[in-house]
Amino acid sequence: MIWIGQILQGTLLGGYYALLACGLSFLFGVMRIINLAHGSLVVVSAFLLWMLAEHAGLHPFLGLLAVMPAMALLGWLLQRLVLDRSIRAGELVPILSTFGLAIVIDNSLFSGFGAGTRSLAPYLDTLAYGSWDLGSDLTVGQLPVVILAAAILLLGGLHALLRFTELGRRIRAVAEDPDTARLIGINTRAVFAIAAAISMVTVAIAGLALGARSTFDPYAGPLQLIFAFEAVVIGGMGSLWGTLLGGITLGIAQCIGAQLNPQGFLIGGHAVFLVVLIVRQAGFPDWLLRLRAQTGKTA
Amino acid sequence: MSLLEVRSIDARHGLLAAVRAVSLHLEPGERLAIVGANGAGKTTLLRTIAGAHASASGRIVFDGIDISAIPAHRRAALGIALVPEGRRLFASMTVEENLLVARACGRQGPWNIDTVLEAFPQLKPRRKARAGTLSGGEQQATAIGRALMTNPRVLLLDEVSLGLSPLAVDRVYASLQALIRAGTSIVLVEQDLKRAMESSDRIVCMLEGRIVAEGRSGEITRETILQTYFGARTIDALAGGNGAGT
Repeated sequence: MIWIGQILQGTLLGGYYALLACGLSFLFGVMRIINLAHGSLVVVSAFLLWMLAEHAGLHPFLGLLAVMPAMALLGWLLQRLVLDRSIRAGELVPILSTFGLAIVIDNSLFSGFGAGTRSLAPYLDTLAYGSWDLGSDLTVGQLPVVILAAAILLLGGLHALLRFTELGRRIRAVAEDPDTARLIGINTRAVFAIAAAISMVTVAIAGLALGARSTFDPYAGPLQLIFAFEAVVIGGMGSLWGTLLGGITLGIAQCIGAQLNPQGFLIGGHAVFLVVLIVRQAGFPDWLLRLRAQTGKTA
Repeated sequence: MSLLEVRSIDARHGLLAAVRAVSLHLEPGERLAIVGANGAGKTTLLRTIAGAHASASGRIVFDGIDISAIPAHRRAALGIALVPEGRRLFASMTVEENLLVARACGRQGPWNIDTVLEAFPQLKPRRKARAGTLSGGEQQATAIGRALMTNPRVLLLDEVSLGLSPLAVDRVYASLQALIRAGTSIVLVEQDLKRAMESSDRIVCMLEGRIVAEGRSGEITRETILQTYFGARTIDALAGGNGAGT
């Protein structure tokens, strides 16, 4: 029963990782850019939500309604001012520029807020610590369930956006072949800016999840980036449902690692990540390729 | 006034001059064929007109507007559509999605998904199929249909018969009659000289980035084109050797 419990907790933790990785995966799927500032931007949105709760008395769920458009605007600006310029300079430049941006963000947060840790949990009433008893010594936290449900809804929403809307068709066309997309009248710069804005909306939601489930500080970004990156790589770069699968795999690996050894939480996740990388180099088994094809790709 | 005027256009691939001081014009409703050997600069010229390739110098005027500095997506909105060599379909999208996405430029006109499927009936049963699974002929029809969905005033067709079976080429060219009846101006790059002569009002022949011969399709002879196709010097050399019957 202990192992079932760990798998259950790992699955719920995977929901958080999927939520965290959603924007990273989406941006890579559309623009082929690995945004190394992703984790730091999640922390920025967590701080924005904390400020609204602390200074304006706004419940984090209400605060999210203000932070989402703000982050969308930030995403649009990020694409226009940083990504659009750096993408034209070569494949490596966006990685370097977003790495630089992450350093600027982390140190700006430290300068503004100091080294202290903060959390959104005090503003969430019983949701932060409430749980449901499933019997047989199994309990699940209410917040992790809400986060997993949010991740599934968000990924499903993005999937529906890409599959069934005019904007989604344009995004998929640009992701597949931007040169040809221009020839049929699609303004690829505008589509990239919209994709960056959508990515940042998911970052805002991930910021709420980060602040609700744990504490955060100005330098929490890089660790969040590692978790998001591992989930994206395990699930397949650019695949939305693969991101959910990757997040859950990472979460389960971490929980099983922790069960095996108190120091094994991070090591378990990293080990699975490395195995996936090695398998990718050596080639996938056929059944895994078929499963991956069924989960669908954004690009 | 011509619908499209290309004035002394130069286009390069790095240091290589692919198009050199090319000037041509296209009248409303006219069908212009561009012929020439591989590497003559035909594809680069079409891509430069469509905005997919930057010109090094010269001007492109469309309906009185200088579009030389206008990006490709805005040229599509003005009414210039390119069917690129190799079709370049969005392979993961269905035929229907490939067509619908081309409404992005927002131009109004006679072409919509129903009229396109009427013009290319072979696509009707394949409407929900992914573009990557289509035959070559179906892919070419989808590529032309996608360009038509932008309701172009000028359609640039680059090597539509390339890699297709003779039957598929016949079907594609038969479908082009609907465009011609609709009065769409066409610039056609074609390796098949017979098809080019049959499907155009006027022909220009390119060699090493330049226009070296030009004439009405009924007036210019196949021999004249063949001579310029390979360059007069090459033809002379061939005639002195084993004959110039190509």
